[in-house]
Amino acid sequence: MNADDHLTQINNISDPDEFYEDLIQAHDGLSANQSRQLNSRIILLMANQIADNKKLKEIITLARTNLD
Amino acid sequence: MENFSFCQKPKVLVVGAGPIGLAAALEFANFEIETLVVDELSEINKASKAICWSQRSLEMLNRVGVAEKFIEKGSTWKKGRVFKAEKEIYNFDLQVEAGFKAPAFINLQQYYVEQFLIDKLEELEFPVLRRGHKVVDVSLTKDNRVEVRIENDQEVYNVIADYVVAADGIRSTIRKAFELELQGNYFDEQFLIIDVKVDKSFPLERKFWFQPKFHDGQSALLHVQPDNNLRIDLQLGPNVDPDSEQDENRVRARVDKILGSDVDYKLEWVSLYSFSCKRIERFSHGPIFFVGDAAHVVSPFGARGGNGGLQDIDNLVWKVSSVIKGKAPRALLDTYDEERIPAADENILNSARSTGFMTPKTQASIDFRDAVFDLSKTMPFAREFINSGRLSQPYKYIGSSLVSEDDTSFFGDGILPGQSILDAPICIGRKQTWLIDHIAIGFSVVAFVDEEKTAISIPQYLDKVCRQLDLIETFVIVTSKRLNGMSEKLLCDTTGLAFERWAASDGSIYLVRPDHHIAARWRATPSVSELKKACRKSISL
Repeated sequence: MNADDHLTQINNISDPDEFYEDLIQAHDGLSANQSRQLNSRIILLMANQIADNKKLKEIITLARTNLD
Repeated sequence: MENFSFCQKPKVLVVGAGPIGLAAALEFANFEIETLVVDELSEINKASKAICWSQRSLEMLNRVGVAEKFIEKGSTWKKGRVFKAEKEIYNFDLQVEAGFKAPAFINLQQYYVEQFLIDKLEELEFPVLRRGHKVVDVSLTKDNRVEVRIENDQEVYNVIADYVVAADGIRSTIRKAFELELQGNYFDEQFLIIDVKVDKSFPLERKFWFQPKFHDGQSALLHVQPDNNLRIDLQLGPNVDPDSEQDENRVRARVDKILGSDVDYKLEWVSLYSFSCKRIERFSHGPIFFVGDAAHVVSPFGARGGNGGLQDIDNLVWKVSSVIKGKAPRALLDTYDEERIPAADENILNSARSTGFMTPKTQASIDFRDAVFDLSKTMPFAREFINSGRLSQPYKYIGSSLVSEDDTSFFGDGILPGQSILDAPICIGRKQTWLIDHIAIGFSVVAFVDEEKTAISIPQYLDKVCRQLDLIETFVIVTSKRLNGMSEKLLCDTTGLAFERWAASDGSIYLVRPDHHIAARWRATPSVSELKKACRKSISL
């Protein structure tokens, strides 16, 4: 298997601080309901960009490990 | 009672005269197998049950000579429309491609389906159908046949059958007799089915509403059936009182809101249902084979119950018939499970997913569904998530032990080994006809010809094939348009669709199974011994 086929666990975003700030700011002033709504939309849009079912499955599994 | 002596010891006993059992019996008649059909009901049930029949099902029914009647009476619907609240989110066209004898889908009430199949059956010497005959006991004999005790209002009698096809539905007596359990998921959501006869014709569309105002935010589905009959499915939620929900005034109040107050209608049928997505572990138990709802059940969204059941018997009947006639080893019967269990799982998966989308249970699933609806207003990608039922498709037996590896020179185009054949319009002389009408009932070869010299040489090759290979009963030759009129025996692909759909070139050969799935194919004409190898593989030899 090609190394690219695996999810990267090191940072891949050119400006992580900027993305993180954007993500948090997007929720400013939203109710808890609206925040959930926003997150759901973001996840669907991101999923469509990632496109590959295998990768998406890995992301879900990775995110679900060690939940408190 | 009929004086057919075979009825005491039929080769095959079919239990259940629903669409699947009746179609099985007719298909057995195609193979000249003496079949007895029993059903505990003395008449056709007028209930609103299965309604949508797929192209693949119609093509299968074409083999037993009833497709025309179905297509003529049925409502051909091409368009599906999906609404969120009262606003249309998107619509889809089912029949994206022309040039098939059978439309993508027709709607036809199950009672018509059963009647048409019985009409056909009555034209034939066998199968024999006995209504009002109920199976009360079933056991295996020492020589691995099936002894079945049957009662009607006059007598109790025994039948010993070589094989039994259990097509006796979700509450299968045969399944219970062997203590086989359907396993899977049960959904506690209740749905209300209403059939209404209206005084005007409605557009031939399937309409699905998510959270319409007229129905308290739950799902609603509307299908148009023949005789100006509408079938309405309404999601009611998990905790409802069956009696009050079926009260006529309450039902009429619901229908009024859907149809509008200006439409006069008569209530033809009202019932409540909930559903499961389940199957038994194995579909064959020695000489007993479970088909349709007796083997597996799905939710109704996607029309996978009736059509899936027809694909079961499509797969089963030729195998049982070949073994009865001594043409194939008993091992062939094991491939019913091999080929149909994955097919059932595909149907269960799809229908469970549709049900999940329609009845979101967790807060997250509600959030994501809302997000899907919101995004889909402007973004096409999000519409793909909207699941109001994924319609039944013919299953592809790719990788089955009966199917040969593909010839790589097709580059995966055309019909893969394991897939079902594709129809195309063709001409014989000046007569316009369809390819599926000319594909034989047994094993056959479909050959393609584009060169004049091949048109002369290939019939000799195919004669030799039929002489040397017992399995292959017959062949058809499809020629390209430029060879039109060369011979009355050749099918001419005047539109080019046959060559295109089958990715054929001069000398291409397809080996077609009796269920009209492809067993093997060659881009260039193979040697007789190569063809022989594929034939042997296709019957577990």
